[in-house]
Amino acid sequence: MSSLFILGSLITPGIGLIFWTTVVFLLLLALLGKYAWKPILNAIKTREQNITNALASAESALNDMRELQSNNEKILAKAREERDALLKEARDAKESILAEAKTKATKETERILTSAREQINSEKNAAISDLKNQVAALSIEIAEKILRSDLSSDEKQKALVSNLMKDVNLN
Amino acid sequence: MTSKINTSAKNSFLLSLLFIFFLFLSNFTFANDGAEPEQEHNAVVSQGHDATAHEEDPNKPVDIAAVAFEHILDSHSWHLWGDHEEAVSIPLPVIIYSSVNGIKCFSSARFNHGHSPYEGYSLVDDEIVSANPDEKVYDFSITKNVAQLMLTALILFLLFTSIARAYKSTGVTSAPKGKQSFFEPLITFVRDDIAKTNIGRNSDKYVPYLLTVFFLILSNNVLGLIPIGANLTGNIAFTFVLSFITLIVTNVNANKHYWHHIFAPPAPKALYPILVPLEIVGIFTKPFALMIRLFANITAGHIIVISLVGLIFVFKTLWISPVAVGFALFIDVLECLVALLQAYIFTLLTALFIGSASADHNEDGVHNSEDEKATVKH
Repeated sequence: MSSLFILGSLITPGIGLIFWTTVVFLLLLALLGKYAWKPILNAIKTREQNITNALASAESALNDMRELQSNNEKILAKAREERDALLKEARDAKESILAEAKTKATKETERILTSAREQINSEKNAAISDLKNQVAALSIEIAEKILRSDLSSDEKQKALVSNLMKDVNLN
Repeated sequence: MTSKINTSAKNSFLLSLLFIFFLFLSNFTFANDGAEPEQEHNAVVSQGHDATAHEEDPNKPVDIAAVAFEHILDSHSWHLWGDHEEAVSIPLPVIIYSSVNGIKCFSSARFNHGHSPYEGYSLVDDEIVSANPDEKVYDFSITKNVAQLMLTALILFLLFTSIARAYKSTGVTSAPKGKQSFFEPLITFVRDDIAKTNIGRNSDKYVPYLLTVFFLILSNNVLGLIPIGANLTGNIAFTFVLSFITLIVTNVNANKHYWHHIFAPPAPKALYPILVPLEIVGIFTKPFALMIRLFANITAGHIIVISLVGLIFVFKTLWISPVAVGFALFIDVLECLVALLQAYIFTLLTALFIGSASADHNEDGVHNSEDEKATVKH
């Protein structure tokens, strides 16, 4: 076995191995492609997509939370404002009610006072007229009695007339 | 990327140099044996099954070249250990197609290691020859290399289908574990760093091919490092088939820029008679280099290891063994790297060839209107 021969067999491809390599390789490629590479590559790809999606959704969740937080703050501020407005309104209402009540009370008082005064006046007038009537009746009665007693004699009539004349002069 | 290729090219160049060097060295040692052993060898072949002719002569120098090539070349039986009569080997099936007798199948044990002919066929230098000089014999035997090829194919199939099942059973929501987590980075490496980087947009289509090539070469490189393993990736027939498939895949998927570049290169028309044949040759040189690179790297590594161990027998002293074993160990560790590296380089260059043939841009970097359109599409 010369070394040239060995070298020759080393670099001469044998037909048997070429045949079997082709058959086995193509078979292996087809089988692995169908039963191994496809599911493995798909699984890896799906997982990568899952990871990307999960990261993206985490990011968006964070953003959502931030937004929610700022919204909460806004709502809180709004509520505070509303509360302040309500309080102010209530205070205003109280004041207006009070003022109204005051004016009403004043008016009522005045009305009552006026009517009382009127009543008093009318009562007074009535009393006065009553008194006047009674005084008039009394005086008539007295005058009648006096007249009856004092006109029984001439002297007495003269004295009376002079008395009356004194009074008239005084007037 | 280019620097990576440069280093790998440098590495393979270095190993090729070593290969040639050791080839000469083994030639030299063989030449020292002179003409006498060759005659003796011929005598053994002609005497055939005479076992007494094989008795060891302790003074006869060990033929390192023969031992080295026995390890590198294919065989019809799987030799495990032992020599001559004590040899333990697994006989493998012989399948031959003869121009006279058609297809014939029998065990290689019938040849009794080349000592006895069977049904008119005999094993000479591990080649099946017929007694009839007019009969042509085509050897389709399940040789050691074919057996290992089938074994690795079976292992790869079982391994990766079980990994695929793991993805199916645990779903994509859980983290990978066990062999799944060992192979997933390799698979994503091939997919992202080899395929996507070099091919670009349509890389997904080629990933199964690249993965199969990568793992088949890797597993056979590693098995070849084991002493009883077959040197399949260091066999030119194997590398020829793989690079031939790469040639087909590259040219079938080539776009019009690729063909335009070959048949109408951007050069003065007067140069076409020189350039066009060169470009056509260029179609074949790339896969050819791929074939030679893997074959030479793996074979060179094996020859170096065997030659270093063979130093002990050449110098016939035990004192040389620490040096020989030390160097052999160093080369073996280097070979582990080369096993991975060559699988990577073969896959990478395949991806690169496919990428350059189907890329949107011209290799010369000159933009034309179609390039512009392609970039806009991106």
